Amino acid sequence: MTKLDSKIPEGPLAEKWTNYKAHQNLVNPANKRKIDIIVVGTGLAGGAAAASLSELGFNVKVFCIQDSPRRAHSIAAQGGINAAKNYPNDGDSIYRLFYDTVKGGDYRAREANVYRLAEVSNNIIDQCVAQGVPFAREYGGLLDNRSFGGALVSRTFYARGQTGQQLLLGAYSALSKEINKGSVEMYTRREMLDVVKIDDKARGIIVRNLVTGKLERYGAHAVLIATGGYGNVFFLSTNAMTSNGSAAWKAYKRGAYFGDPSFVQIHPTCIPVHGDYQSKLTLMSESLRNDGRIWVPKKKEDAQMIQKGKLSPVNIPEEDRDYYLERRYPAFGNLVPRDVASRAAKERCDEGYGVGNTGLAVYLDFKDAIKRLGRNVIEARYGNLFQMYEKIVDENPYETPMMIYPAIHYSMGGIWVDYELQSTIPGLFVGGEANFSDHGANRLGASALMQGLSDGYFVLPYTMQNYLADQINVPHISTDTPEFSETEKDVQDTIDRLFAVKGNKSVDTFHKKLGLIMWDYVGMARNKEGLEKAIMEIKALRKEFWENVSVPGDKTGMNVELEKALRVADFLELGELMARDALNRNESCGGHFREEYKTEEGEAMRNDEEYMYVSAWEYKGEDQEPVLHKEPLVYENIEVKQRNYKTA
Amino acid sequence: MDLKLKIWRQAGPDAEGKFVHYPVHNISKDASFLEMMDILNEELVANGEEPVAFDHDCREGICGMCSLYINGHPHGPDDSITTCQLHMRKFKDGETIVIEPWRAKPFPIIKDLMVDRTAFDEIIQAGGYVSINTGGVPDANAIPIKKENADLAMDAAACIGCGACVAACKNASAMLFVSAKVSQFALLPQGRVEAKRRVENMVAKMDELGFGNCTNTYACEAECPKDISIANIARMNREFLMAKIC
Amino acid sequence: MSVMYSSITKKIWMSLMGLFLMIFLVVHLGINLLLLFDPTRELFNEVAHFMGTNPVIQMFQWVLFAGFVIHMFLGVVLQIQNWIARPKGYKVKASSEESVFSRYMIHTGIIIFVFLIIHFANFFFKAKVFHSIPEFVLDGTPTGMEDMGILVMKLFELPEYVIGYIIALLVLGFHLDHAFQSAFQSLGINHRKYTPFIKGFGHFYTIVITAGYIIIPLFIYFSK
Repeated sequence: MTKLDSKIPEGPLAEKWTNYKAHQNLVNPANKRKIDIIVVGTGLAGGAAAASLSELGFNVKVFCIQDSPRRAHSIAAQGGINAAKNYPNDGDSIYRLFYDTVKGGDYRAREANVYRLAEVSNNIIDQCVAQGVPFAREYGGLLDNRSFGGALVSRTFYARGQTGQQLLLGAYSALSKEINKGSVEMYTRREMLDVVKIDDKARGIIVRNLVTGKLERYGAHAVLIATGGYGNVFFLSTNAMTSNGSAAWKAYKRGAYFGDPSFVQIHPTCIPVHGDYQSKLTLMSESLRNDGRIWVPKKKEDAQMIQKGKLSPVNIPEEDRDYYLERRYPAFGNLVPRDVASRAAKERCDEGYGVGNTGLAVYLDFKDAIKRLGRNVIEARYGNLFQMYEKIVDENPYETPMMIYPAIHYSMGGIWVDYELQSTIPGLFVGGEANFSDHGANRLGASALMQGLSDGYFVLPYTMQNYLADQINVPHISTDTPEFSETEKDVQDTIDRLFAVKGNKSVDTFHKKLGLIMWDYVGMARNKEGLEKAIMEIKALRKEFWENVSVPGDKTGMNVELEKALRVADFLELGELMARDALNRNESCGGHFREEYKTEEGEAMRNDEEYMYVSAWEYKGEDQEPVLHKEPLVYENIEVKQRNYKTA
Repeated sequence: MDLKLKIWRQAGPDAEGKFVHYPVHNISKDASFLEMMDILNEELVANGEEPVAFDHDCREGICGMCSLYINGHPHGPDDSITTCQLHMRKFKDGETIVIEPWRAKPFPIIKDLMVDRTAFDEIIQAGGYVSINTGGVPDANAIPIKKENADLAMDAAACIGCGACVAACKNASAMLFVSAKVSQFALLPQGRVEAKRRVENMVAKMDELGFGNCTNTYACEAECPKDISIANIARMNREFLMAKIC
Repeated sequence: MSVMYSSITKKIWMSLMGLFLMIFLVVHLGINLLLLFDPTRELFNEVAHFMGTNPVIQMFQWVLFAGFVIHMFLGVVLQIQNWIARPKGYKVKASSEESVFSRYMIHTGIIIFVFLIIHFANFFFKAKVFHSIPEFVLDGTPTGMEDMGILVMKLFELPEYVIGYIIALLVLGFHLDHAFQSAFQSLGINHRKYTPFIKGFGHFYTIVITAGYIIIPLFIYFSK
């Protein structure tokens, strides 16, 4: 238990971060040059951290899986980034952003971390504007804000429907500046396959060069993993094709605890699944819920007619439409948090009111907004999203209501980290979505960008320095050591084992099967029997994978099937841990909804007495049960309440 | 629908390449182009053949990873989208589809349809940023920016760095890509501070990497999945001229 | 030497020289059209004489000559660099250019260059190098000026020359149609309000120049 020290600084909540910075250890400029840092991942957290650490004077080696650091999946975030600037004068404050985030996360996040996040949120906006990020502006020349789910104020800054892209390109430009200066070495098309520990400290990584197929070793005084989330364990998700959980999973298997693995976010507004060949799901920004109204038919007959393609939604009269979010949650209406909106959609579809040819979709209707504001205004606000929808679905959302359905989007769970974002392996830091983050059991919209950049620009450059201050006498880490050789051999053995199977089923077959198990039993609604079943089925599938997977091609050179096989092998283990964690948590909170634990009205019911903790799982070896550690969550500054979006 | 694919296969950067014909059957018209490629690759893997290598990642048109020169058009025949957003309903049953990699000297082929676009990163590294460090910046609302300029900067900043402009240009010129970044910063007060240095360094790097010269054919604009305007190229020419004169 | 300059510098010179040559085309056309309005050729020959002897014009002649050389040289250099930039072409050729003619600037340019050599041989060299042009005699009085007009009239009575001339001028038209707006774009002049006008005016200019030059041989040929 001693290992789970959250290292929350002393003092009142609002002064903790200031106190930490005032008393932390620093490295003098001459010594920074002697220290190497590895950053894996170039999304918002990784890219921003790498640039900032390099600006401070450290030598930084940066790795990314794509052909360029500009392509990390942070780029796909559409809606916006929160900050407590209170520019609209609508009553926002750091405390309110902190409060909304903790409440939105259903009281399963660490107070001190969230407060720090809200505190630096304002610096992020300043930083990005100074970098030349073209945020939306008003005619007066000042920044524009919009509202997002789970908040009663407008605090979201945005750059059309491409906020993630613009923020990522900002971080990428800062990184490019440092590469040009020569203090960042950039390694592209590399996938991290293991962490190397020397004397129990993280001292390097093993990567596979995806072009040459060769394993490569890199050493450093500290390692930062910012490799994003593991939503692709569900096969179909809004994540990019190469998004994977392997880096985090390997860290877990080397001794980093895994925090709250069962907390994944299901985004309510995605384009529904249309065929079994489908490779990924496309998200429609949550901002659409500002003007769109969500409904399903009131009559089951209408829903059935629509499913058969015999009735068009435009022909359903107003009184036969069920605006179920407005009905159930009058205060927040269509702007309830994501988990609530997703579950409500699933509830309607399960009851047989769903639309689309599968019956697994609900309508997001802009008819009233177009009538109220005019088509031009709607086009200016959401034009690119409407166009994207039309390209995919082949229907015009200005005329027919959009169809949406929830899909896996984000993982709140991840590697357990303390206040310094350091894992239980000394020297191994984890940032962004890859850590069990500040979002508790559910993340609010426009908060992921905030957290990634907060970690990258403003937290890790301080906290990593605190760790590195006593490392100045450690020479550059040689990769010619037994530890590196052994770790590389482990990786090579796994690759050899995969090729040795010579089965006859493709990697994707297993991935799709795993995805179905996860979606059915570890998805939006979970229960004890289902989770137990999931654990059994995943075990069986994993066994079959290692007996029957087919990995064609060579060990050398580019081999996309091998890349996928390595990732799926890890997902097959991670999925089981997720189910285990969900089974352990006998309560419903945020994105984790256990059917056994709900109020009479069907809302999530927490059990604060027994489960107000972060579960941190420790790996004990193959075929060994992982051990659960608990980090109790203490709320000193917030009154813990039942989340209520029915009244303000 | 059934289709005849003609795909460029090349084992490595220095290998000889050739077109290989692959028939595919029973493709749904609602499938995306890359899902059609996935189906082909599944078949190839099942037959013990090497799957076709192609770049792709986000599959929602924003990461800029996907490429493919399809029937004479980068990102295929549809307008304002990337290859991953292209759907099979844009093709006719029985049609022959020729799929080629981006072709330009600064974009060497890695394998099959995959090319190395590091050259774009190098151009950005030459000056595609505002030279400020983290921290110590003024309040975000300290500098008011004309909405029109902010919008134009956003138009330019929407570039996803996919390289379709280079692929489409008969001269393999990178002017649209470079000018989009130069424009974004030229339009904003934050970027004006080092505008001269930026345009000179980025253009010099672009030339050094061996991209062709712009001859104002505007093929880049026509094929750009993000509709980046050639007005940006004019703006860069202007910036460059002023930088050299002043 | 100019290979050393950046691509944009080359483009800017290219467009400046091009615009200069376009002005020259207007002046040249103006003089040529005099032939249509004055059957005695007096006006034409007087202006031709002025152009051939005025010291300022003579100086400008070298500037013009330099303009031609720079324009052609840069055109060739840019084209060679562009070919190098794509060593291996596509199987399916692209067809996404907004202007068809932009694809063939080097080809039309070379044809115009060949035409220019013939043109020089027929007029410029005869007047300036060989001095083989007869004196212009007006109403039986020798004027002391060369009779450039008769040279033109004689050539335009040959059908093969007329056809060749018209073809060359059409090619020039193709070249100009892309060139006009392209020159402004290269100089950084692109504005959502004014560019449509520039493009429109470019087409207008091209038609006026091409048609203007073509009318002359047709008129002379059919009125002989």
